[in-house]
Amino acid sequence: MTDAAQAAAPAVPEVKEVPAWRLLATLGVGGAIAGLLLVVVYQATLPAIEAYKAKKLREAIHEVLKGPARHETLYLVGGKLTAELPDGADPKQLERIYLGFDANKRPVGFAIAAGEAGFQDVIELIFGYDPASRKLLGMKVLESKETPGLGSKIESDAHFIGQFDGVVGPVKGVKKGRGTGADNEVDMITGATISSSAVIRIINDALKTWTPYIEAYRARSDG
Amino acid sequence: MKQTTPQEDFLRGIWRENPVLIQMLGLCPTLAVTNTVANGIAMAAATFFVLLGSSFLVSLVKRLVPNEVRISSYILIIATFVTIADLSLEAIVPEIHKALGAFIPLIVVNCIILGRQEAFSANTSVGRSVLDAIGTGIGFTIALLMMSGVREILGMGTFLGFSIMGPHYEPWVIMILPPGGFLTLGFWLLGIAWYQQRKARKSAAQKGATVAVAERAA
Repeated sequence: MTDAAQAAAPAVPEVKEVPAWRLLATLGVGGAIAGLLLVVVYQATLPAIEAYKAKKLREAIHEVLKGPARHETLYLVGGKLTAELPDGADPKQLERIYLGFDANKRPVGFAIAAGEAGFQDVIELIFGYDPASRKLLGMKVLESKETPGLGSKIESDAHFIGQFDGVVGPVKGVKKGRGTGADNEVDMITGATISSSAVIRIINDALKTWTPYIEAYRARSDG
Repeated sequence: MKQTTPQEDFLRGIWRENPVLIQMLGLCPTLAVTNTVANGIAMAAATFFVLLGSSFLVSLVKRLVPNEVRISSYILIIATFVTIADLSLEAIVPEIHKALGAFIPLIVVNCIILGRQEAFSANTSVGRSVLDAIGTGIGFTIALLMMSGVREILGMGTFLGFSIMGPHYEPWVIMILPPGGFLTLGFWLLGIAWYQQRKARKSAAQKGATVAVAERAA
């Protein structure tokens, strides 16, 4: 065979039989190394991530309760709100709300965090509520993935957010300019009706869930 | 495979074989997270890190990995780097991490990254693979900037959050919504195709002229 013919002949790839154990071992060892590495990275980044979340929550509580002097966490244990954890209870497993106090140690309101489905994904928010006047004190979106520029206005539209300061709960959403002036009305954002009504629904559902516990707690602490 | 110089390995991905604009790879993140420039930059940075790490490691272990399980091994390597990037971003820049949401984990299935491993790093030296990854990463960054720049300026009237169009500008909201992504990409591709065609015609005409001159001289 000439050199040219040899070069033109298609190169037949050498078929090598790889034993099954080698395939398993490659993926097994690779997976183990990857797993180990991820555990290390997870452990290393966890404190920073948790600290950031706790800081965000503290800031949000502070904001929706209009700067309370301090706040305490109330856990829902056996159908009752209590600040003291029973022995052996894991605080991470319990549902909770937050109670803010002013400088004279008088309660100023409850901060309730809640989440439900919005337009794209779950919207998480927190709002302040004063059970004595049945008025909301403020609302802040903690997490949402709503459409940028439209639904995302539930986080950034100052007029929309400002309305949750002083509105009576349960809240009723109305189209802009169509309200009757009632004290429980909130103008929805034009172009973001689904996201705005999701915010209102989350607040109303949370009020429905928590009001009985809050009233029972207040009756107990007054008496 | 055709022999290339290290310089070519580096430059190729930036423009001539740009992963998005020429190869049409990685269109999902290109369309999805380019509604603002900040998101585009963060996405490009995360992809760059994963691409560089994966190319380096795949090229390093290429002789140890049997052919039958190579794709699974690449995915394993890529997924590990993506998770590291995801956790690090959340710990270091939580605000940007929040803005990118689900698209960081989705880098695992970005075909630019797997494509570079399979087509290049799996049978090239470590140094060349790293050069190729850097070039491709820069190319991806350029493409995302071209997309997000146009979309943010037209859709919000801002660039990186700074007002560009003035207070009386009525934003074209559609540009930051999904249709805006398709429109912007379509116009960029149209522009690039037009430019390339014009260049090809010009060089053909030039060749024709040279031949004519040569014939006359003869």
